[in-house]
Formats: sequence, C-alpha cells, structure tokens
Amino acid sequence: MSMEEDLPGTGDQKKFLYVNRRAPYGTIYALESLEVVLIGAAFDQDVSLAFFDDGVYQIVKDQDTSGIGMKNFSPTYRALGDYEVTRLYVEKESLEERGLTPDDLMEITYEDEDDDWAEKPSVRLVSRAELSEVMAEQDVILSF
Amino acid sequence: MKFGILVNEGPYTHQASDSAYQFTKAALEKGHEIYRVFFYNDGVNNGTRLTVPPQDERNIQVNWSELGEKYKLDLVVCVAAAQRRGILDESEAKRHGKNADNIAPGFRISGLGQLIETGIECDRVVAFGD
Amino acid sequence: MLHTVNKSPFEKSTFESCLNHARPGDAVLLIEDGVYGAVKGTAVSGQVAKFNGDLKLYALGPDLAARGIKDASLMEGVSVVDYGGFVDLVAKHDVSQAWL
Repeated sequence: MSMEEDLPGTGDQKKFLYVNRRAPYGTIYALESLEVVLIGAAFDQDVSLAFFDDGVYQIVKDQDTSGIGMKNFSPTYRALGDYEVTRLYVEKESLEERGLTPDDLMEITYEDEDDDWAEKPSVRLVSRAELSEVMAEQDVILSF
Repeated sequence: MKFGILVNEGPYTHQASDSAYQFTKAALEKGHEIYRVFFYNDGVNNGTRLTVPPQDERNIQVNWSELGEKYKLDLVVCVAAAQRRGILDESEAKRHGKNADNIAPGFRISGLGQLIETGIECDRVVAFGD
Repeated sequence: MLHTVNKSPFEKSTFESCLNHARPGDAVLLIEDGVYGAVKGTAVSGQVAKFNGDLKLYALGPDLAARGIKDASLMEGVSVVDYGGFVDLVAKHDVSQAWL
C-alpha cells in the first residue's frame, strides 16, 4: 500500500491476487474464479493472477470441450488484456512437475498503453520462491 | 477490525459453511465487525429456505439466518452462481418466469461486485471452501 | 501472512504446497481435515517438521477434538487454538490465504 501511494491516482488501490490451483472442467472453480476476475476488473484495483499446482492446466493450449458438452472458456484468458488484467504469474516448478513447458501454454498478451500499445506477453514465468514473494506483497488473496 | 467472509461450499457435504459460521460467530463475540458474508460457488446453496434436515441435526441455513438477524449481517448470495444452482428471490423468479422462489430470510441476492467491494473495504478477508 | 489448510495431507498435496510457498515468519493454521497434518509419527510428519520453527504451526482445537486427536498426539511446536484464537490469528496477520 505505501508503495502505491507514491503513484498518482492509485492511493486507494489494493493489490488483489487471484490464486488458481485447480484444473478446469473437473470442477467449476476455474470458470467461476475467472468470472470474479472479469467483474473485479471494473473496480480499478491492482490485479494479478497466479497459476500453480493444477492451476497451470487452465491455460494450456488446444483445449477442445466439444466431446464433453461443456463450454470451452479458455479463450477468455486471452481476452484478459482487454480488461487490463495483464499480470499472469505461472510457476515454473508446477509446469515441470506436470511435464509441461511454456510452449504448451496459450499465447496470452496485452497492449501496453504506456509503450505505444506494443503487444506484450501477460504470462510471467516465475520460480516457486519468486511466486512466494509475489503472494507476500498482496493485500487480498482470493482462491476458489 | 472489519472482516469479510467468503463461503465457497454448500451446506452439509463440506464443513466449510460450518467453519465459516463458527468463525463469524467468534469474531462477532470478540467485538469485530463483519462487513459482509459472501456466498459463492456451491456456497449459494446455504441460502435456500427449503432445506429440511433431521431435527437432531444443526440447520445450517437457520443458523446463518439467526446470526444474521441478531447482528444485522449482510448475507449476500452471488446472483450468477445462484442462477446456475436454482437459488432465486421473488424478483429473480419473476424475471426468469419461474413459479417459486427459495431465498432464506436475511439473505439477499446481488452481484460479484459485492465480493470485490468486500476485499476493498475490509481489513481482512477469510475464505472457507473445499 | 496466515495460511489456512483444510485438507488431509494423506489425500491432497495442499498442505505440502502451502509449506513450500510459505515464507519464514508466516503462520499456518490447520483446520477441518487439515488437522491430520499436525499429528506426530505419520508419513508426513518428518516433512512438516522441517518447516517447524521457520513457520508457526497451529491446529484448530474443536476440529482436533471432533476427530479424536489428543494434544499429546501432536507434533512438537504445534499450538492449539479455538475459534476465538483463529479470529486473533487472522487479526494479527495482514493477509489470510486459504489453501482450498
């Protein structure tokens, strides 16, 4: 909070972190967590998402739900940039434990208004220790 | 201190709602303020008045309603999650052409913004779920 | 930070993940089925003990009692709190993270 107060117009912002530790489809938590993120984006807070443990499965590419009768909501993660949600922390160790590499993830980007709308990656690969630091900086941590 | 409570599971299957209730009660008895209790995911099922548990068991919905009445709590059921699971108040039932509503006394249905607002306004947010 | 864990360590890796992400000085409160993680002499207690000291471990007394776990069965360094103590822990730490 004290750091934020030095920036113009952000004194009232809180740092919100949405923790995603569960796979999609088997339970509704991933989808309903995403719905909170989309609504929360309207509140002009400092928002980040964390994907670790089975949460990394939420953003793998090539999801096709046509055979299970459920909506494929994975494209919504790619739209998060339009909602000014631009920081998605993904834990390297969680990927490795699951035999995944960053290439297995969807390409999720945002346009940086402070840099002539340059397209930049929203996914930030972090180590477990770095993710712990990110979590320690938050004001509100929501997990579902 | 100002607390917000998030309940993500329904009654009986998981202990989450019982834990949240016991925590909320203890916080109130210690003189803390409960800004809001927000029910999300299957947690919205805590807000139906149609449950009829055996008489020798706790009635989780009644517990929440009575605690809400005693302390004037804001018990909020998420509208999107509630619609998926068939929790309706009178106006929602009318709007969707349903012939009944089931919201329990002391609960109200509102949007997810109420959860974000809870995070913004409260000193602490405590979540209970599975 | 206060971490709450409500899963048995024998069924889910939630407690392990919490321990691996918590930072020195953090508190971990075991509630519901999470309290099984506070018992000594189990397949996970050696792993938990490595974090004991860096982290402060608590277990919710009413959940222990409901599951027939006596204080004498708990690992060294685990403090037992009631719901009022749970409230105090939340108040004492800036942020609570529920490991659901």
